[in-house]
Amino acid sequence: MKKAALILRNGRRMQGWSFGYDGPASGEVVFSTAMVGYPESLTDPSYSGQILCVSYPLIGNYGIPPAEFDEDGLSVHFESEKIHAKGIIISDYSDKYSHWDAVRSLDDWLKEEKVPGIFGIDTRELTKTLRECGSMPGKIIPEGSAEDIPFLDPDAENQVAAVSCRETIRYGCGKKKIVLVDCGVKHQIIRCLVRRGVEVVRVPWDYDFNRLEWDGLFISNGPGNPSHCGVTVENIRKAMERNKPIFGICMGNQLLCMAGGAGIFKLKYGHRSHNQPVRMCGSDKCFITSQNHGFAVDTGTLGKDWEPCFINMNDGTNEGIRHRSKPFFSAQFHPEASSGPVDTEFLFDEFISLL
Amino acid sequence: MIDRSIRKVLVLGSGALKIGEAGEFDYSGSQALKAMREEGIETVLINPNIATVQTSEETAGKVYFLPVTPFFVEKVIAKERPQGILLSFGGQTALNCGVELHNAGILEKYGIKVLGTPIRAIMETEDRDLFVRKLDEIGVKTIKSHAAADIAEARAAAAGIGYPVIIRAAYALGGLGSGFCENEEELDAVAGKAFSFSPQVLVEKSLKGWKEIEYEVVRDAYDNCIAVCNMENFDPLGIHTGESIVVAPSQTLSNDEFHFLRKTAFSIVRHLGIIGECNVQYAFDPDGEDYRVIEVNARLSRSSALASKATGYPLAFIAAKLGLGYGLFDLKNTVTKTTPAFFEPALDYVTCKIPRWDLGKFKGVSREIGSSMKSVGEVMAIGRNFEEAIQKGLRMIGQGAFGFVCNKPYKTEDLDCALKNPTDTRIFAIAAAFESGYGVDRICKLTHIDKWFIDRLRNIEDTYRELEACEDLAHLDRELFLRAKRRGFSDMQIGRVFHVGEAEVRAVRKGLGLTPHVKQIDTLAAEFPSDTNYLYLTYNGESDDVAFTDGAGTVAVLGSGAYRIGSSVEFDWCGVNALSTLRKSGYKSIMINCNPETVSTDYDVCDRLYFDDLSYETVMDICEKENPSGVIVSVGGQIPNNLAVPLSRSGIRILGTSADDIDRAEDRKKFSVVVDRLGIDQPRWKELTTWEEIDGFVDEVGFPVLVRPSYVLSGAAMNVCYSKKDMKTFLEMAVEVSEEHPVVISSFMQRCREIECDAVADGGRVIASAVSEHVEYAGVHSGDATIQFPVLKMNAATADGIKKTAAAIAENLHITGPFNIQFLATDGYLKVIECNLRASRSFPFVSKVMNVNLIDLAIRCMLGEHPRPMETDPSRLGHVGVKCSQFSFSRLSHADPVLGVDMASTGEVGCIGDDFDEALLKSMLSVGHRIPENSALISSGDAGQKADMLEACRNLHEKGIKIYATTGTWRYLNENGVPAARALWPDEDEEGTPSAIELIRGHKVDLVVNIPKNYSEAELGNGYAIRRAAIDFNVPLITNSRLATAYIRAFCGKSPESLSIKSRDEYF
Repeated sequence: MKKAALILRNGRRMQGWSFGYDGPASGEVVFSTAMVGYPESLTDPSYSGQILCVSYPLIGNYGIPPAEFDEDGLSVHFESEKIHAKGIIISDYSDKYSHWDAVRSLDDWLKEEKVPGIFGIDTRELTKTLRECGSMPGKIIPEGSAEDIPFLDPDAENQVAAVSCRETIRYGCGKKKIVLVDCGVKHQIIRCLVRRGVEVVRVPWDYDFNRLEWDGLFISNGPGNPSHCGVTVENIRKAMERNKPIFGICMGNQLLCMAGGAGIFKLKYGHRSHNQPVRMCGSDKCFITSQNHGFAVDTGTLGKDWEPCFINMNDGTNEGIRHRSKPFFSAQFHPEASSGPVDTEFLFDEFISLL
Repeated sequence: MIDRSIRKVLVLGSGALKIGEAGEFDYSGSQALKAMREEGIETVLINPNIATVQTSEETAGKVYFLPVTPFFVEKVIAKERPQGILLSFGGQTALNCGVELHNAGILEKYGIKVLGTPIRAIMETEDRDLFVRKLDEIGVKTIKSHAAADIAEARAAAAGIGYPVIIRAAYALGGLGSGFCENEEELDAVAGKAFSFSPQVLVEKSLKGWKEIEYEVVRDAYDNCIAVCNMENFDPLGIHTGESIVVAPSQTLSNDEFHFLRKTAFSIVRHLGIIGECNVQYAFDPDGEDYRVIEVNARLSRSSALASKATGYPLAFIAAKLGLGYGLFDLKNTVTKTTPAFFEPALDYVTCKIPRWDLGKFKGVSREIGSSMKSVGEVMAIGRNFEEAIQKGLRMIGQGAFGFVCNKPYKTEDLDCALKNPTDTRIFAIAAAFESGYGVDRICKLTHIDKWFIDRLRNIEDTYRELEACEDLAHLDRELFLRAKRRGFSDMQIGRVFHVGEAEVRAVRKGLGLTPHVKQIDTLAAEFPSDTNYLYLTYNGESDDVAFTDGAGTVAVLGSGAYRIGSSVEFDWCGVNALSTLRKSGYKSIMINCNPETVSTDYDVCDRLYFDDLSYETVMDICEKENPSGVIVSVGGQIPNNLAVPLSRSGIRILGTSADDIDRAEDRKKFSVVVDRLGIDQPRWKELTTWEEIDGFVDEVGFPVLVRPSYVLSGAAMNVCYSKKDMKTFLEMAVEVSEEHPVVISSFMQRCREIECDAVADGGRVIASAVSEHVEYAGVHSGDATIQFPVLKMNAATADGIKKTAAAIAENLHITGPFNIQFLATDGYLKVIECNLRASRSFPFVSKVMNVNLIDLAIRCMLGEHPRPMETDPSRLGHVGVKCSQFSFSRLSHADPVLGVDMASTGEVGCIGDDFDEALLKSMLSVGHRIPENSALISSGDAGQKADMLEACRNLHEKGIKIYATTGTWRYLNENGVPAARALWPDEDEEGTPSAIELIRGHKVDLVVNIPKNYSEAELGNGYAIRRAAIDFNVPLITNSRLATAYIRAFCGKSPESLSIKSRDEYF
């Protein structure tokens, strides 16, 4: 076993063991308290630029499923074509896995994808540090690698541009056509739409979709700071004039809010877990949701035409908005789940029913 | 939508602890009562289990120590007129009783609302046919059952499905009367038995080898659902979840599988209309995504108690609130106190539950485990990896294991068979398999246990090999030492590798700077700050979550560990009361315990809860961090008591009686010197180490003799021997239990009374005492005996002798705190047989009957508060308490249901009456006896016992109960003017005369009294078939002539109708 160190920008250093790719990693260290779903999380483009600390200590138990793609070119088991996280930090790695559908270990997969991992870290202690000091840049340095690589702040760069598709891709078929603005979309979102019998046209984040004809507009999740997406916000604002249904998820929520005139801010350590409770505003309906975001909408800045439709029951932050008169709505959480609870998938049905 | 019309609520408890229904329901019920109290709702509790925490006045408003049966519950309802009733907090007993009350129209008659899950939904989960149909409606797969009303139908159904099949009895708790059948012959046997418990038997396809996964789901009246916890059984399907090692959260499910099962669980609880808590059990195909729902428990269960402890989410408390109409969004997370109760705990540790079996205590019982429960207790171990948790857990169960490896050699003739056919020791067969060179795959194939678990166990074995490869302890490098600790090796275990003592390993470990860290269980995996005091130790971490003070004003209380035969809920009551006195006296309290079915491990009963091992190593580690000003070892039974000396030697201050004095009472030789010096009489005894010595001594005192090892744990390996042959057979067993301690043989006194004195002393002066007496003659273990308190008839000399003896012992041993002395008495003498300087099993019983909390007094003595001596004289109480034992023989197939000096009961009840007969009757009915209406079968033992029983038999006859008697008794009764019909012994054959077994099997008798002449091997053989038949065909059985006589007299003199319905406070 090779030693490795985790170094945080605040000077904290934790010792562990190297696994996966034998090289250094630099990125923003964030924690997730999800207990399952490491293959989905690692391939979620929203983790672009980030090093993921999993607070649940036993990771790798069920290995990694095969990298298969369906007839639409969507990954069957993953959320994108590759691992987007810069690295992974865990406490106890299961080098031996057991699952009928696994074809390799997490270690092998990380090696192949050239993503470093570190285990043997007190992830609870690290989580507490990130909770107290906020998410911060950090580095994984395996023994023998140079330590002086720079700390990276993913918010400084346009992560969306890095993970969005380069050209238009079409999926599924149906009478209705949805334009999906790809800010780093998870494949499960596309699956959720296609499964409902619509045609999906996936376009790059800065693509001027107002040139196209569509029945509904979907704005995807994505990594990093939404302020880099001014052009997308502009396009959404123009699209609103059509009065056709618009649905956004995660970053899609933030971009829709920005298009509606609201401001956003960075959360101290974000929401990354499978157990975020949200309440539908003005009702007794509550849902456990899967979340992965570092920025949130400042509800106070929402324009008068808009209203919040979900709030987070833990910290009161905004979890979704809707237009008071037009078919525009969005969710800060992930109704498509994958990974996480599937309790809010009905939002896709609502969107489709509006078309 | 909170229902404000509910001002008084009736809560049904689960009665005596039994296999399948144990301490978890004291915890659930206590939480429900607490939730009601917080709402200002008056509570009325019916539970005859007097040793529980829930039956304390601090917990419940009014307590009725009465049987949880529709007959008595209706009487309480008529008297108390509650508006609401809680049925889901007292296990299957309360649920079944609730369904009966509903069906009989009693709830409707009194306008009582069932709070939480409606009766309709309960019935839909309890009746397999309804259940399957209900789940079919939403396309959820179940294990299809084929109901059969007789053996022929069962055979036909099995032939249709194809073997192997599983047989289940409908409406039975903990899988009672169920079993797997590989062929028709096995089916005949299992189904025959199941029909005696239930008119309906279900035949199902066996899914042996599938994974077993459980979800604990909560739903409120607004249709909001959460899955608080999921759990995975280490053992594959086929072993009852109560018999399985269980981990939380699941370890081998992928995200899709985890959430698919979660989603399915939600559809189920929504469709059924559960309000409150519910448990969904799945069989899950290890080779794909197929599943079946095994069952749904629409109530709090063993699993929900475990889930509460595993996550910190107070399921029972929340469920009770939801029953009042609250939404999950209205309630707070009781750990963080800021976030809502509508959330799902995220764990950053793994828990491992391990059952505790005491099968060694039963003669003839099968060691195989399967679809019916046999375990009597459990522990939960917490770690940050599986290796750490399981090794901790295997130590915690307290059956001599040092962990997964480094144990005494595993004895088996056929290792493959031991792996294939699960027994209570299969986990050690896996260790033995590694040792014998079996690979992981081979073990998986034989056991069907998921490879992930076996790989993890392999890691432990690998680390063991690495340790073994080290030259000696001094050459063990820090890295490997740390890896061993991270994989759950104890100091003792490492010591065994290097043949050195635990102390030496500890010194080296600390020299290397290796100490465990304290982590919190905070429900949100550190996402939000919380002040939670729910803690555990781990080596898989680098810092402590909590800060430590200088420990001034802090006292640690050691709990009881796993429930076992001889130590259960009564010590939880003692522990909880100790904590409450500490709190009242202004001390900061620490609880250390590892039993998930307790109230003492509820994090709000103390200032800090360490859910961890009660071993020297762990307690010392905690003490070194917390620096408590004192440790209390005398309220948790024998486990903490045994730690007194080692802790004290390591500089820990033991509160109350000193460790040296405890040792003087525990060590038989030292105690004998004390007793002799005080001029107190005791039965002749000797500590012996060789066969020659033993032979010489028994020749001197004569048989029978009582044989036992010196450090006694609840009569373990203690036995009465009637001949040299008996003794030899038995000793070979006893020596295996304890090698360090020699055997003690004492003369066994027959036909004399056994008296107990529970007392509290302050600085050597007795300030409170309670004298109780066994109904049975000495020779029945005090844990199995029927005990009455106060003693109504005792001559002045005996009473005086007891008082003086207790005073002399208290003074000589400088007792400060609780103690218990057991005496043998005849008119001629009084002898001391045992003395424990700790709380005894009967402390809650006597405390509640006389309304003086002996634990509170004892703790205050230990704290130096010098409480005023007790003012009431128990012998002047205007009422009587009788404690009866609950046996679980029906779950222990083949075990001989006979009582002896070794304890066999799994629980007890204690009821209060205006006189002895009334208290006895209530108590007997509470442990499942039914007053015979038609006929009784009597075989009444030797001449003396026959004479003892004569009057009782006459009473039976006069009451119009037909008596069947086995040959000797039949002749005796008729000769003495009591008409009786003859019943044949199993080995007799005579045309026209019914056999005893036939009478039982055909339910032609509704009471069986079978008294063995003595406890010799030969004698036990004769009556075994009759006793076992009574158990297997569910006919009440009594095996002691004194108890039988008292019981028969009581029910012949009093009808159930005449029994007083009084709550505890009405007696004072």
